[in-house]
Amino acid sequence: MVISKKPLHFIVATLVAFLPLVTVANPTNDTTAVAHTSVATETATEHHEGESKDLKTEIKEFINHHLQDSYDFHLFSYEDDAKVEHHIGFPLPVILWDNGLQLFSSSKFHHGESAAESNGNYYRLFHGKIYKVANADEQVAVDAKHHATNEKPFDFSITKNVFMMLVVSIIMFLLFTSLAKSYAKNGGIAKGAGRFFEPIILYIRDDIAIPNIGKNYKKYMSYLLTIFFFVWFLNIFGLTPLGVNVTGNIAITAGLALITYLITTFTANKNYWGHIFWMPGVPAPMKLVLAPIELLGTIIKPFSLMIRLYANIVAGHVVLMSIIGLMFIFKNWLGSSLSFVLAFALSLLEILVAALQAYIFTMLSALYFGAANEEHHHDDAHH
Amino acid sequence: MQIPTIVGAGLIVIGAGLGIGKIGGSAMDAIARQPEASGKIQTAMLIAAALIEGIGFAALFAS
Repeated sequence: MVISKKPLHFIVATLVAFLPLVTVANPTNDTTAVAHTSVATETATEHHEGESKDLKTEIKEFINHHLQDSYDFHLFSYEDDAKVEHHIGFPLPVILWDNGLQLFSSSKFHHGESAAESNGNYYRLFHGKIYKVANADEQVAVDAKHHATNEKPFDFSITKNVFMMLVVSIIMFLLFTSLAKSYAKNGGIAKGAGRFFEPIILYIRDDIAIPNIGKNYKKYMSYLLTIFFFVWFLNIFGLTPLGVNVTGNIAITAGLALITYLITTFTANKNYWGHIFWMPGVPAPMKLVLAPIELLGTIIKPFSLMIRLYANIVAGHVVLMSIIGLMFIFKNWLGSSLSFVLAFALSLLEILVAALQAYIFTMLSALYFGAANEEHHHDDAHH
Repeated sequence: MQIPTIVGAGLIVIGAGLGIGKIGGSAMDAIARQPEASGKIQTAMLIAAALIEGIGFAALFAS
């Protein structure tokens, strides 16, 4: 029974691995079609080179656009026969604080082509950020370095990333409350999805929390489980055709790392602070030298958590999309098959990385909590 | 002549790669010697690799 399920699991895993191909393939596919027709009409070779350069910048822009947060949930675009671009997706609410609450739909921006009006104020999109403009026709002013000089209102919008985080929170809430109910009903025996999640939860408790934190592990379990599944689900969502890049946004990983830092700082016992400000067992001059280093270390630890998760996810997405982009640069059977095989292998690797980064984040958080909770029972060791 | 920062980043990435390779190789040795401790060795290996990886990424983003 168990063995017969293996092919099914393999097929599901393969499908998930292929999903990123679909995301990236859709929009760029149309541009190559356009490039092909224009190349066919113009036989001059230098024109062809210019065309391929445009394609390269287009791929670069597409990747940059993917890495950024956006105000609407954009699924894909296509050009119809009359060369009119259609964007498929849905708008998200924009919430600004600018002399009172300004609430309007991001569809008012028309994908950055026009200014949105709200209570007599006008706002315009510029490189994915909202700026205030004086009237409907005014453009965002830029300085010599191409940075916008207009005023930026306080932005509390439900952007694509915020939307995906809400979706994942709802999924997690429904999933784990229903799991808890099924455990209560079946007398503590796992059933359905519980059979998949029980080993993971037990692993986090028995192999991450207890060895690293010790006897106080219980009060940290809720945070460790939440952070593990939150990061893991968001990483997996980043590999689906939805094209979201939540954990690859440094603001979000900074937020997660900040929570770890605050929990470490506020649950630390006196031994932890003792080891930071007045390291026992070393000569007095060394204590003075060590104190600032240790104090800096408390900030570097969550900082490295932030950078690690962000950089891993961004690097994975960029490499994956660049490899898929090779297909549109080569435009022959060799490039296509090479890019296909590489993208397939890399997608499988990315599924591993998605779980691994969630594990590392949880593991290191547990390690820091453990350091903050260590009891001082090795008095003899400091002589 | 000024050396571009990307060269420094490359050097750091080479160092980080060597370090992670050393950790992986040593973990393999350790698991071969003591297969029953493979779980603990893997955990320790992943933590050490993650810490080095952090430096590599920091170098990449600083360049």
